[in-house]
Amino acid sequence: MLETTDAVANRDTETDAVQAPEQAHAGYEPDQQQPFDTSESLAMENETVKLEVKDLNLYYGQDRALKNISLQIPEKKVTAFIGPSGCGKSTLLRCFNRMNDLVDSCRIDGEILLDGDDIYAPGVDAAELRRQVGMVFQKPNPFPKSIYENVAYGLRLQGVKSKRVLDTVVENSLRGAALWDEVKDRLHDNAFGLSGGQQQRLVIARAIAIEPEVILLDEPASALDPISTLKIEELIYELKDKYTIVIVTHNMQQAARVSDYTAFMYMGDLIEFGDTDTLFTNPAKKKTEDYITGRYG
Amino acid sequence: MDITSHTHHISQQYNIELDDIKTHLSEMGGMAERQVNDAIAAMMEVDMDKAQQVVRGDNKVNAMEVSIDEECVRILAKRQPAAGDLRLVIAVTKAITDLERIGDEAAKIARQAMALGRDGAAPRGYVEMRHIGQHVSRMLHDSLDAFARLDLEVALKVVQTDKTVDLEYSTAMREMITYMIEDPRSITRVLNIMWSLRSLERIGDHARNIAQYVVYLVMGEDVRHGSYEEIEEQVHQETDKD
Repeated sequence: MLETTDAVANRDTETDAVQAPEQAHAGYEPDQQQPFDTSESLAMENETVKLEVKDLNLYYGQDRALKNISLQIPEKKVTAFIGPSGCGKSTLLRCFNRMNDLVDSCRIDGEILLDGDDIYAPGVDAAELRRQVGMVFQKPNPFPKSIYENVAYGLRLQGVKSKRVLDTVVENSLRGAALWDEVKDRLHDNAFGLSGGQQQRLVIARAIAIEPEVILLDEPASALDPISTLKIEELIYELKDKYTIVIVTHNMQQAARVSDYTAFMYMGDLIEFGDTDTLFTNPAKKKTEDYITGRYG
Repeated sequence: MDITSHTHHISQQYNIELDDIKTHLSEMGGMAERQVNDAIAAMMEVDMDKAQQVVRGDNKVNAMEVSIDEECVRILAKRQPAAGDLRLVIAVTKAITDLERIGDEAAKIARQAMALGRDGAAPRGYVEMRHIGQHVSRMLHDSLDAFARLDLEVALKVVQTDKTVDLEYSTAMREMITYMIEDPRSITRVLNIMWSLRSLERIGDHARNIAQYVVYLVMGEDVRHGSYEEIEEQVHQETDKD
């Protein structure tokens, strides 16, 4: 339910930005003639490509929300998407597990390859894709069940019944999400009794319980206090040993802290994609510089 | 990329803060420049009062370093500057360290001038002193100018002049040594001149450092420890792009 409302809200902001670019972002001129060449600034030769986006266009009705996006997301690294509201970063993130399928007016052309296979090819099972590509949202959305059942939920759906297996997975997932020590004595309490930061880590535990390959994080810490935020950031750092992580964030310092690669998007265009250290100290594009330094161009 | 002005932030206060550290750097630079010129003049004119004044004036340069440093730390803590803004803050913190050292060297020259004022002028070395002094004073002025206007060409010129100064310094050293061998009675006074020349040469090095921070600030390239040719190539690659 949350997913759908979120997607709709997101679509609205996209629409506004596309229809009224002059008022909303005076001073910016998206240079559509020169799509960003990722090969130019990126030394990806040491990376395995997990997700590859090729010439992706996405339309909400008549509005083009993503324009010719091409980029490669490396395996077991953290890739951050930054950009102002309505720039298309959440929309792009949602494409990776076909969350946009839930939006009726949404149309996509171009390709997204997961390990070389097009996830939009006919015959791809969206549910199976979402098992491989997990997602965590801005607001923690635990199920109204116990902590244990929240984490075990995915496995029960898959038909796992063995208590021994479930116990192990629940413990490992909660440990993986750095939550085990805080909840081990009250696993059967209702998940709503946890704090916001704990709920968010619980949701991450639920996501990793089904052993995905990619974890998508849509503003995972924006509703949390600074300490919980740091815990989530620490967790992201630990999770990248095992998973490919893509994170959308409004907090640029957070992107700078947690990510290995950063993509800056603006009004549906990918403006710049590069390794995080370079992008935050010496960006190649003026638009990127203006955004990360807090200027209005 | 245009970073000639660190303005246009959404936060006006941030604009002011960045502007302030640039202004204060210029002030401190002007102060250090005056100290150097006065120290050289005190030496050449055997002016004890002026020398005394330079020695006392070093405190002000030191105080300025501390206060600009505090401003920079405050900006880092409160604003988390990125990209060009970050490079500005870093370049300023580095430049003020060099300016403070320049102030120290100027005070050293002034002390040598006072020693020579007591013992009587040295028999040799003033021509070299004047010559290298002019070069170094110019370098310092240009490096500060390059910083204020983010002028890569001027910065490059400073780096180049430093090579000339180093060369002239070693020639002067050889001459002074020859003179000391010829006339051992003058060794103490010639040594005063040699220490002063050494200080001038160091001031030249610090001015070159400041010029290199300008390259870093504008291009994001760390060119320390690079040869002049390497720096020139990088700068021209950048300017050709524009």
